[in-house]
Amino acid sequence: MPFTLVLIVVAAAIFASARWFDSSYGFFIGYVVVQYIVLGTAWNILGGYTGYVNFGITAFFAIGAYSTVALHKLVPTLPLPAMIVVSGVLAGLVGLGTGYLTLRLRGVFFSIATLALAVVVQTLITNWDFVGGARGAYVLRPRVAPLIGGEYVQYLFLLMLGMGVIVLATARAIERSALGYGFAAIRDDEGAAEASGVPTLKLKLIATTLSGGFMGMAGAPLPFYVTYLDPASGFSLNYAVNAIAMPLIGGTGSWLGPVVGAVLVGGLQEYLRVTISSAVNVLVAGVLMVAFVIAAPQGIVGLFQRKR
Amino acid sequence: MTALLQVAGLGKRFGGFVALDAIDLDVQQGERLGLIGPNGSGKSTLVNCVCGTLRNESGSVHFADEALDGLSAHQRTRRGLARSFQLPRPFASLSLAENVRIPLLYTVKARDSGALAGAAIDARCLDVLGQVGLAGKAERLPRDLTQIEMRKLELARAMAAEPKLLIADEAMAGLSHGEVDEIIALLIRLNERGVTVIMIEHIMRAVMEFSQRLAVLVAGRKIADGPPKDVVRDPEVVRAYLGE
Amino acid sequence: MAVSLDLLMNAVISGLLLGGFYAAVSIGVAISFGMLDIVNIAHPAFILLGSYVAFIGNTVFGIDPIVAAAIMLPAFYLLGMAGYQVYYVAFERRDDQSLRGLSFFFGVLFITEVALVLIFGVDYRTVQAPYIGPSLGLGLFDLPLRLLVPFLVSMVMVVGLQLFLSRTFVGRAVQAVAQDQQALRLMAANPTKIKRIAFGLSIATASLAGACLIIIQPVEPSIGREYIGRVFAICVLGGLGSFPGMVIAAMTLGIAESLTATFFGPSWAPAVAFGILLITLAVRPSGILGR
Repeated sequence: MPFTLVLIVVAAAIFASARWFDSSYGFFIGYVVVQYIVLGTAWNILGGYTGYVNFGITAFFAIGAYSTVALHKLVPTLPLPAMIVVSGVLAGLVGLGTGYLTLRLRGVFFSIATLALAVVVQTLITNWDFVGGARGAYVLRPRVAPLIGGEYVQYLFLLMLGMGVIVLATARAIERSALGYGFAAIRDDEGAAEASGVPTLKLKLIATTLSGGFMGMAGAPLPFYVTYLDPASGFSLNYAVNAIAMPLIGGTGSWLGPVVGAVLVGGLQEYLRVTISSAVNVLVAGVLMVAFVIAAPQGIVGLFQRKR
Repeated sequence: MTALLQVAGLGKRFGGFVALDAIDLDVQQGERLGLIGPNGSGKSTLVNCVCGTLRNESGSVHFADEALDGLSAHQRTRRGLARSFQLPRPFASLSLAENVRIPLLYTVKARDSGALAGAAIDARCLDVLGQVGLAGKAERLPRDLTQIEMRKLELARAMAAEPKLLIADEAMAGLSHGEVDEIIALLIRLNERGVTVIMIEHIMRAVMEFSQRLAVLVAGRKIADGPPKDVVRDPEVVRAYLGE
Repeated sequence: MAVSLDLLMNAVISGLLLGGFYAAVSIGVAISFGMLDIVNIAHPAFILLGSYVAFIGNTVFGIDPIVAAAIMLPAFYLLGMAGYQVYYVAFERRDDQSLRGLSFFFGVLFITEVALVLIFGVDYRTVQAPYIGPSLGLGLFDLPLRLLVPFLVSMVMVVGLQLFLSRTFVGRAVQAVAQDQQALRLMAANPTKIKRIAFGLSIATASLAGACLIIIQPVEPSIGREYIGRVFAICVLGGLGSFPGMVIAAMTLGIAESLTATFFGPSWAPAVAFGILLITLAVRPSGILGR
């Protein structure tokens, strides 16, 4: 419990200082970094903890984003937090379904299936005119933030911080629980885990559902952030690469890794975008990921942690 | 009284290859059964089918009067059937204590959920490790262990599940004379506490010392089943396995 | 009614020819994944590399794209051997979780795509050749040469590799390493060296497949992603480790996509492959003719 409290305090402090500095740019950047904390942590629950690589991040993320687009058209008065919850539930269900179809097979086939899922979902949404199809959809960003006043982007940042708290608290709670041990056993040796009494399929489905659901939640505010959403940007491979690279670079063993990865890599990317070009910043995540995977598989956090 | 484990007409094929051919085997509660046979005769396949890692095509397995067909491996472990793997398969990123914690959490605790919590679990982990003499290394990782310690960890993990029947699959391969004695003593201690044990081995000395009954598997068929002294003198057994 | 049948037949023919090409695209993965158990999801990136190499050869040097690809075969082969060496040292030897190996190839895929964008931009690139444009008319049927030539090249490549695998010592060693490494060691062949050769061959096929690709359609860096699903759908549907199965699966996919594009519109075509993949994985993971 104290951990969640610390998270809330930290999040509140971050938000308060952001308000105090009152920089629009700061809020926009902050949103992106925290979004990647959420995406990376979500990915890591299935990836780092359980050992199953999900390449279909864009599918879940976009399900969240496009649920918002659809809901906003159907029920314009629906508050964003409610849409976030719906996005989470929908994405979670898709995760459950995909898992149910493919998790009885080797982990490698699950990964390939997630790649397939990303393209199938992208094709479906590109052909769905209600949410704009290939032409894209415009979402009007309200001028004033509800509840707190000020620019709307501050509200988006606040919601994302809230999601960050929820996801990080969940990740840490898993780490210390029987569920976390079960995940680790599956990751280390699934057959031995089964023989030890671990209900591997059930646990994998839990991981996939949680992971997918959180990714969907991370995508829900996106339409309001970008105001124009089309499949090319909504399904951009950058989200997938970042969501995988950041935990791998930061360290997949604990909740801290994705945070370190998101802050460092996200910060580096922004610096490069501003100083060199936006094409180069995109390359950074991929190159660093490959470098770390080869040379430092335990990630930054692992480098600092003394091996028991 | 019905046997604890009843294997009836068990058959398993891999494509065109018949790995197990209508195996009948009963194991009584509290018994010490030895299972021997040449490499490739189907011993590990039999274990895998009984424990649910593989699905048998024909025949049935009953444990404590319950049909196991269709149950997954973890469900069988929860019902009291545990096994150690021929090649140790530890959870490499977890400490020894955590390695035995897994079966504790998912088998014992699952059976009687309220009984075990918090510090009691830690104590139980140390206790199980103590029974195999590994309590001193509870916080170490499996990669720091010697060969025999890895085997002991394998057995400890099976023991942590508090099984009614434990299958030890070639736990002594490659060990020294003294180390073999250690493992035999461990398994006998376990049996004295009421656990039925099936020992699969190539080391005849261990098998003869340990078993109350001996079964022999050759090319997927059971060719002998009875008191050890009689079985080792059976001409077919001598011809197929024990040597000229 | 007659018009519709004509349309149908031409869609099927195009599908068959396209399927043949898909076989060329997939054969690399049939080797790396089907036989070496290396999940090289970056294979389409190498194919794109082959396409752009053919493009340069064609626009800068005026060479026929397929000839350009043939010239570059040794370079791709060496690239594959180097790639395997990195993979081996970093992952296989450490017996690491497949998580890292998969992420490695995913990273390679991404880096290649971005690098191609940086060098060539996002515009579609095409090549010029005398057989792009005209069609061979056979009675009712129309065989576009731009599909027929890659089809023939693909078939030659598939048959050539199949012969190599079954007739030469190295080829048989590659088949052996897929099944039993220990036995191979006892035969005094070095499994690592054999795997390196096999992976080199796998990447070499990407050179020719890339040339075929840019003949069939205009190319830009992100189309590699569509091909990941196609390639793995074909390998899984065909059954890992079976070349004939892979070819049948490739034809099947080609026809399915062609029919979908003709009757439902081309924007649905990418989903066909992935849909087939998901269904196959859910229903019959060992594929049509798989082990």
